[in-house]
Amino acid sequence: MLSALRTLWYVFLHTFRRRVTIQYPDQKPYLAPRWRGRIVLSRDPDGGERCVACYLCAVACPVDCIALQATEDEHGRRYPEFFRINFSRCIFCGFCEEACPTYAIQLTPDFEMSEYRRDKLVYEKQDLLIAGPGKYPDYNFYRFAGLAIAGKDKGDGVEEQPPVDVKSLLP
Amino acid sequence: MSETARSLLNSAGLLAATLGLASGLIWLERRLLALWQDRYGPNRVGPFGLLQVLADMIKIFFKEDWIPPFADRPVFVMAPAVIIISVLMSFAVVPAAPGIGVVDLNVGLLFFLAMSSMGAYSVVLAGWASNNKYSLLGGLRSAAQMLSYEVFMGLSLMGVVVLAGSFNLREIVLAQRRIWFVVPQFLGFVVFLIAGLAETHRLPFDLPEADSELIAGFHSEYSGMKFGMFFVGEYLGVILISALISVLFLGGWMGPLLPPLAWFLVKTLFFICLFILFRAALPRPRFDQLMGFGWKAMLPLSLLNLMATAAVVLWIGGPR
Repeated sequence: MLSALRTLWYVFLHTFRRRVTIQYPDQKPYLAPRWRGRIVLSRDPDGGERCVACYLCAVACPVDCIALQATEDEHGRRYPEFFRINFSRCIFCGFCEEACPTYAIQLTPDFEMSEYRRDKLVYEKQDLLIAGPGKYPDYNFYRFAGLAIAGKDKGDGVEEQPPVDVKSLLP
Repeated sequence: MSETARSLLNSAGLLAATLGLASGLIWLERRLLALWQDRYGPNRVGPFGLLQVLADMIKIFFKEDWIPPFADRPVFVMAPAVIIISVLMSFAVVPAAPGIGVVDLNVGLLFFLAMSSMGAYSVVLAGWASNNKYSLLGGLRSAAQMLSYEVFMGLSLMGVVVLAGSFNLREIVLAQRRIWFVVPQFLGFVVFLIAGLAETHRLPFDLPEADSELIAGFHSEYSGMKFGMFFVGEYLGVILISALISVLFLGGWMGPLLPPLAWFLVKTLFFICLFILFRAALPRPRFDQLMGFGWKAMLPLSLLNLMATAAVVLWIGGPR
């Protein structure tokens, strides 16, 4: 009986507590910078596509919602011919972001992507590509990679030394 | 104003006020429960969500009113009407203020007790007529609850009757001019509050309904407006018990400064809020605990209270 009265009192004290509800459409919730929301494809600081179409994201995806097709441009640089994410399947686990070797695919703090039609949830490359570099502003994969590509020969990369001629004995 | 016109106006006013209040209570209950659970509750439709009730009402009117083929049709249809009628009849004897009140029965209190027992039949009949095991269990529990709680509900009020020397509710209010009966009859007040909770099937004594074990208990099979009638009947019961507590124990309309009707409404509203607080705070006891509590604790307590009151009144000599 006494415990019931105490309970009544404690519950009554909740009258003066702050309410925990966030009234969503009027009041936006705080989303952490690392919130795993809508997926984007970022560009490097020079404006080129970061994605090299290595398929690692598609392999890592546990629900198989990523589909892409690799192709090459005239300089031998790989890029996806199409890149498709089916957001009606995506579980926003972030594995694709972890798998990506070039920081191209990134998850953003945005969840407002409701649609009236289910097929509108399939995002194509032009829907996914953003203008900027996302979370890694200075990173450009081709400046670090040892690959010879248009405008950059072997040994020109950042923190890279000129190649050694293994067929010569000269120091 | 002629006598007929006055009583007609009183009845119409009472009907409108109680039914309006009962639907308003749905909003009040949801908002208060939300407040005590650190939420907001309905606050979108209209100012403070007040029009939510209207929206719900429109919705419930357009719902299919389904009568299951296995149900006992006439009883099934009658049961929700019984609860509303019996509770509204009880309101007839409640004196809201001097000059406001439908009838002035000299057995007003007994009339209320009789009508509240009638209300329990509604639940039992609904449970039986639904022909569904969960409904039947709900009805069964309601019957057992009625048996154990009606007894000391009546007994707890007899102390008040002894002090006032009348069954007339208006005279009981007038007898509290010197001191509200909640002071000399505190035990009776507590017992009646608990019995009232059980009578209206409100949490923590909502065992006939018990959503978590019996789906919805006695009204599992009800839908549309019939369900709505049970709902309104429950809220009417809450208003009735709150009004009676304020009439019997808190001096009804009496109080300083404010007009009589306002005092009556304030006291009633206080108890309505208390009922909602009970719902917000207390868990539902097991069924045998409920019965045991009724027979082993409340009944002896109310008997003791009655005997002590009677002895004191005899010793002092006569009522008042």
